[in-house]
Amino acid sequence: MLRDITLGQYYQTDSVIHKLDPRVKLVATLCFIVSLFVVKSWVGYAAAAVFLVVMIRLSHVPFRYMVKGMKAIVFILLFTVVFNLFLTPGETLVSVWKLRITKEGLRLAVMMAVRLSFLIVGSSVMTLTTTPNSLTDGMEKLLKPLKIFKVPVHEVAMMMSIALRFIPILLEETDKIMKAQIARGADFESGNLIKKAKAMVPLLVPLFISAFRRANDLAMAMEARCYRGGEHRTKMKPLRYAARDRVAYGVLAAYFALCIMIRIWL
Amino acid sequence: MSIILDHVDYVYGGDTALAVRALNDVSLVIPDGQFIGLIGHTGSGKSTLVQHLNGLLKPTGGHIYFNGEDIHDSDYDKKKLRSKVGLVFQYPEHQLFEVDVFSDVCFGPKNLGLSKKETELRAYAALKQVGLEDEYFYQSPFDLSGGQKRRVAIAGVLAMKPDVLILDEPTAGLDPKGRDEILDQIAKLKAETGITVILVSHSMEDVAKYVERIIVMDHGSVLYDDTPKAVFSHYRKLEEVGLAAPQVTYIMQALRQSGMPVETDVTTIGEARDEILKALQRGSKSGN
Amino acid sequence: MGIIKTDKLVFEYIRRDEEGNVEGITRAVDEVDLDVQQGDFVAILGHNGSGKSTLAKHINAILYPTEGTVWVDGKDTQDEKELWNIRQNAGMVFQNPDNQIIGQVVEEDVGFGPENMGVPTAEIWERVEESLKAVGMYEYRKYSPNKLSGGQKQRVSIAGVIAMHPKCIILDEPTAMLDPNGRKEVIRAVRALNDVEGITVVLITHYMEEIIHADKVFVMDQGRIAMQGTPREIFSQVERLKKLRLDVPQVTLLAYELQQQGIDLPDGILTVEELTQALMRVYRG
Repeated sequence: MLRDITLGQYYQTDSVIHKLDPRVKLVATLCFIVSLFVVKSWVGYAAAAVFLVVMIRLSHVPFRYMVKGMKAIVFILLFTVVFNLFLTPGETLVSVWKLRITKEGLRLAVMMAVRLSFLIVGSSVMTLTTTPNSLTDGMEKLLKPLKIFKVPVHEVAMMMSIALRFIPILLEETDKIMKAQIARGADFESGNLIKKAKAMVPLLVPLFISAFRRANDLAMAMEARCYRGGEHRTKMKPLRYAARDRVAYGVLAAYFALCIMIRIWL
Repeated sequence: MSIILDHVDYVYGGDTALAVRALNDVSLVIPDGQFIGLIGHTGSGKSTLVQHLNGLLKPTGGHIYFNGEDIHDSDYDKKKLRSKVGLVFQYPEHQLFEVDVFSDVCFGPKNLGLSKKETELRAYAALKQVGLEDEYFYQSPFDLSGGQKRRVAIAGVLAMKPDVLILDEPTAGLDPKGRDEILDQIAKLKAETGITVILVSHSMEDVAKYVERIIVMDHGSVLYDDTPKAVFSHYRKLEEVGLAAPQVTYIMQALRQSGMPVETDVTTIGEARDEILKALQRGSKSGN
Repeated sequence: MGIIKTDKLVFEYIRRDEEGNVEGITRAVDEVDLDVQQGDFVAILGHNGSGKSTLAKHINAILYPTEGTVWVDGKDTQDEKELWNIRQNAGMVFQNPDNQIIGQVVEEDVGFGPENMGVPTAEIWERVEESLKAVGMYEYRKYSPNKLSGGQKQRVSIAGVIAMHPKCIILDEPTAMLDPNGRKEVIRAVRALNDVEGITVVLITHYMEEIIHADKVFVMDQGRIAMQGTPREIFSQVERLKKLRLDVPQVTLLAYELQQQGIDLPDGILTVEELTQALMRVYRG
């Protein structure tokens, strides 16, 4: 059933990483991604690998869930590798017909592959251990200072969490309308692009009407429950740093310092 | 000419631990011209079942035959099947999309590749069959009342001239009068055209007056498949599975238990009234 | 004055055609006088389009009267200073269970109202717990609303309203989209709120069997109050109800039809037991 799809593929289990404040995880993911571009040596990548493996082990999420996210980027990964492998000028290692693989090319290709896969797995650790809801909460709190520049942080966070709540409902609705139109002889599959686009009208019109009706209903329900934006609002689950979050920041700082040192000295 | 379900299973969620068995060994014969009530509470598998009848869902086990042919044979024309087995979904007004009522009803026949003339003739006939007045034909379907919108949506399926008409909760959300009007219209249509009608509902009371056969679904299996009278006699079991017999059944049972000699297998108010009157007359004769 | 009072309440809206030209004015609510006492269970009946939902939306200050006045707990709903007070005191539950749940977890949704009111965190948790317990949904507090049945979702919505500690709650066709089991669940929860917690309930519906426990029933038609009285008084007028596009429970209808045949039965029978007893009296002479 479409309703069972969990967005951001949260994996329910109990671990230190799950318990961390979402802000820590957001900052950590950002730091980790930056660190991948800071280090440029194999020692640096080894450090990143160790950090990543430790995090994965701590998260208690099976490794196969981590690599699931890789499937989506296999094509980009291959493209990057091939591109770098053949098109980097330098000392020739192998040469077949007009194609040359250079030493520099090989190095760059492997490096890009490692970076990309680390990036994806690293972000997966965050999305697998944090509910979309607490991610939005974390983002709202982290970005709060932007309010000075009139950025509607609360509103954006509220919109995100409403979207997350309604995506499964709208997916199910799409499925239902599609079936209803198929029952009336509609054909969503055959024909050229223009024909296919035209065939979408009987699906999209009812879907939009329904989405607007829901939006209207929801806005009314929110107002009826005294919603008036972020002002005067308290939080049922306010984000508070615990001791483990401070430790996590410490570990993160140490890791990042190490990466910078590796960059400078190695 | 009939629909035959032969040991149909339907499991969704694949081979994981989350797999759900929505249909479990369902075998049914639906001959031409019957008026059938398909009853079950939410999640009993009744909606899944009807989506198998027009090939929207494919059974994970067993076979479905329409007029003798397996509808999942590779060379079977599914589009034709869908025009012959018309399925009206719950809240069908949510699928209306055209600028006016008439064009919306034309959508089905147009998809069948019929000529413009034939399409329009069918749309007109279908709108007449659901009892919609001409003055609404060129209005936007979104300006109509809830009951009218639903009629238009039903006409959209009728315009394909199905041999079998399946309606999933056709009265959901309507007020009592609206509910009676739609059901009366369907009964009239059934009487005039002789097509097979399957009413999917969770209310015994609504369908009891109209149908000749009731199929009760529970946990993906057929629990009862019989005449309304016979099905309602199992009123205690029906309660166990989260359904209820019509209130008249309970009245007649209570009267009988209190000592009034009435037959308990009545299904409508009219039958109950006559039965009670008979018992009261007999009582007064023997009493005096 | 009662907790909810309306005086000659009129609501009109302007109909426009596709070009935006005024086609006419529709009077959705027409001079309605309502007086609901604290602790009452009031039902408002009416067919689709009779104006009952429009009336309900005035009590929560979602709509404002064109003419006349609405008071909630003695406060005029048009008084802007009192807006949030009124919305907190008169909680509202709507028809579609999917379109009024905001949270992605049951408990967070119930906490939404108190959060908006600025209730301190510790108290929000207390309120969420007691509200979910009051509707029997406490064990589902960690669930995603998408995994609940329609009846359960509506009970969560009711909990979300009572967590705001309202004096009355208005339910606008809360059961119209539910199956019979869901309907029973919701009505049971609503009755418990009224009986146990003493919250004033205004239930809007077109299901007749849901109102037999009401203290008072108003029947609306064309924006006006067409009938009012106890359920028994209302149900004894079968013909009138049919004209108003409504019906009566089967037991009431059967009693009425027997009366028409000259059987001596009391008016407005509401339950199977009542009918059985009355018929047995006739039978035994």
